[in-house]
Amino acid sequence: MLENIGLSFQGIWAHKMRSFLTMLGIIIGIASIIAIVSTISGTNEQIKQNLIGAGNNAVNVVLFEEDWEYDMQYNSLPKGIPVLNEENMSAIENLEGVESAAFYRRRNTDNSVFRASASLSGGYIYGIDNRYFTINGFQLAAGRFFVEEDLKNYKKVALLEEGTAEMLFAGENPIGKTIEIQREPFIVIGTVRKSSEFEPIINSREDYYTYNMYQSSTAVFIPHTDWPILYQYDEPQSVLVKAASTDEMTDAGKNVADYLNLSVSNETVKYKSSSLLEQAEQLQKVSASTNTMLIWIASISLLVGGIGVMNIMLVSVTERTREIGLKKALGARKTRILSQFLTEAAVLTSLGGILGVAAGIALAEIVSRIAQIPVAINVPAAIVAVVFSMLIGLIFGILPSVKASNLNPIEALRHE
Amino acid sequence: MLLELERIFKDYQQDKMVVPVLKDVSLSVEKGEYLAIMGPSGSGKTTLMNIIGFLDTPTSGIYRLDDQNVHGKNDRDLSRIRNASIGFVFQSFNLLPRQSALDNVALPLLYAGVKRKERKARAADALKKVGLEDRMSFKPTQLSGGQKQRVAIARAMVTNPKILLADEPTGALDTVSGKQIMELFQQVNENGMTVIMITHDAEIAAHAKRIAYMRDGILSETPPWQTEEPEEIFVDVDLVAKTANADKFMKNSSAERNGSENPAEEEGLS
Repeated sequence: MLENIGLSFQGIWAHKMRSFLTMLGIIIGIASIIAIVSTISGTNEQIKQNLIGAGNNAVNVVLFEEDWEYDMQYNSLPKGIPVLNEENMSAIENLEGVESAAFYRRRNTDNSVFRASASLSGGYIYGIDNRYFTINGFQLAAGRFFVEEDLKNYKKVALLEEGTAEMLFAGENPIGKTIEIQREPFIVIGTVRKSSEFEPIINSREDYYTYNMYQSSTAVFIPHTDWPILYQYDEPQSVLVKAASTDEMTDAGKNVADYLNLSVSNETVKYKSSSLLEQAEQLQKVSASTNTMLIWIASISLLVGGIGVMNIMLVSVTERTREIGLKKALGARKTRILSQFLTEAAVLTSLGGILGVAAGIALAEIVSRIAQIPVAINVPAAIVAVVFSMLIGLIFGILPSVKASNLNPIEALRHE
Repeated sequence: MLLELERIFKDYQQDKMVVPVLKDVSLSVEKGEYLAIMGPSGSGKTTLMNIIGFLDTPTSGIYRLDDQNVHGKNDRDLSRIRNASIGFVFQSFNLLPRQSALDNVALPLLYAGVKRKERKARAADALKKVGLEDRMSFKPTQLSGGQKQRVAIARAMVTNPKILLADEPTGALDTVSGKQIMELFQQVNENGMTVIMITHDAEIAAHAKRIAYMRDGILSETPPWQTEEPEEIFVDVDLVAKTANADKFMKNSSAERNGSENPAEEEGLS
C-alpha cells in the first residue's frame, strides 16, 4: 500500500502539468466549499457574539402570554403573578447554571420623557438596581450609579444611556439637571455606556434591528422602588440572568423560568426565558440554509472534477497498457493492478482536496478583506473536504482501474 | 521431465473466421536444457511462448510443468505460476522507465510477497550476477540497450524460476551487445537454469544446445531444409499478375503507336 502511494506521487510528479489540470476541478470545488463554509462559520460566530455579547451570557426571563411577550403598558396587570423579593433572588442564584441575577421592570417611554421642549421617542424606561448594570455590562460614563439611599428613600433620580442624554441635552452636561418622566421630575445623576466588548458588530440595518431589540441604546434607568410612583403598582418583575457559561445559557434561563412558574397561578401568562442563544441559533439556521444552496452548486464542480479525473485515468490506463501487461507477466494479480490505479486516483484527488482547502482558506481571507464579512476557518470542514475528495478519487477511479486490471496480458504486451 | 506439451492446438477467432495458429504441437524439455525455438514471423512461435509462459491457454492439448497439469487454472493461480516459475525476457526489455534498475529487478519479488529488505538484497545480488553492480540506482534511460537487457535478465532470474523464457532477446540490440547477452545466457544455463529462447535468427539460435523449428503452426526438430518436401518457393502472386499485365499493356500501347493491328506480329518482327 505504502509502495503504491509512493509510486502514485512519482507518477503525479512525472506529469506535473497534467496532474495539476486534472486536480483543478477538485481544487475549485473544494476551495469554493471551504470558502463558503468559512463565511458561514464566520457569520455564525458573529451572530452569536453579537447576541450574547462576548462573555456576558445574559438571558432575559420575562412574562409571556402564549407566544407573545406580555405588555404591561397596554394590558392590565396579570393576575396570580407574585412580585419577586430578595428571598426569590437568593433562590434563583442557587439554581443550576445561574451565576447572578437582577430583577427589572421595563416599559416603553411612550412619549412620557421630556426635558424642556425635547422629548424621547422610542426607547425604554427601566426600573432596576445596580446589579442590572453589572450583568448587562454597563459602564459609568459620567456621574454616579445608584446608592442605597436612592432606593430606600424613593429618590427620584435617573441614569441615562449616553445616546439618550445626547437626545435630551444635545451636548449639554446632563448631570444634576432635571427631566420629566410621566410628569414626575427626576434628577439625572449619571450616564452609562455599554462596555465596548458587549457592543454588537453592526454591518447592516438588519443587524441593527436584530441586535438592538433587547439592548436599546435609548434607555432611562430609575430605581425600581420608584416604579409605583410612575405606574401605581409594584408590577411583577422580569429577571436578567447571567449564566455561568455560554453553553449553560439556555439551561439557566429554563431553570429560572421553571422556578418562577412554580408560584404563578395564572393559566395563560407564564415566565419564559428568551435566550439569546436560541435566537442566535435561529438566525444561524437562516444564514446556513441560504448557504447550503451554494454548497450544492459547488458540489457540481466536484462532480465535474471527478469525471475529469476518470477521463484522465482512462487515458493513463491506455498509455500504460504495456506496463500493465508487463506487471501481469511478472505475476501481478488483478487485485494488485486494481489497487494501484485506485490508489493513484485517490492520491490525486486527495492532493487536489488539500490544495483546494488551502485555496479556499486564501479565498475566504480575501473575501473577508474585501467584503468585510467575518470568516472563521472550520477545521472539521477542512478534514471532511479532504476525505470527501479522496472518496471522489476512489469512486471515479473504479472504472479505469477495473479496465486496467482486466487487460489481457498478451494484448497489453503487444500494445505500442 | 520439467516441461511437457502434448498435442497442443491453439485457434484464434478473427471476425467470423477461426484461424488455427498451433497445430498439434508436442514438446518435452528437461531440466537444464537450452532450447531455441526458431521460425519466421507468423509461424506461431510467439503464441507457443505465451502458452509456455502461462500468458495464454491452449484451445486443446495438455501442458504439464513439473508434472503438474496446469489446465483450468484461474487468473490468480496463473499469476502465481508466472511469478514463481517463469522468468520473461522480452525483445523490448519492458523496464519501468521511472524506476531504478534495482527497483525494476525487485518488482517480481514484490508480487511474490517478499519483505522489502530481502527484496533489495536479492535484487542487488541478481544485478551483481549480470555484472551491473555499479548501475543499481540508474534509471533505464541512463542505461545502454545491452545493459537494459541485462537488467531484464536479472529481473527474470531474481525469483529463481524454473524456466527462463526469452522472446527475441537480441532483437533490439547491436551485434556486440547481442553477443554479450548470448554469453550471459550460456553462463546462466551452465549454472543449471533451463533456457527457452524464441528467435527468427539462425545465428542466435545456434547458441542453444537444441533447436526446434516452427513453421505454419507445426513444430519439428528437423530443420525444414533437410525434410524431403521441396522447399516452398516464395512467389508473390499479386506482383506476378501485375507485372504480367504491365508487360501486356506496354506491348499493346507500343503496338498502337506503331499503327500495327497485330501485336504478336510486331513482337515477331523485332
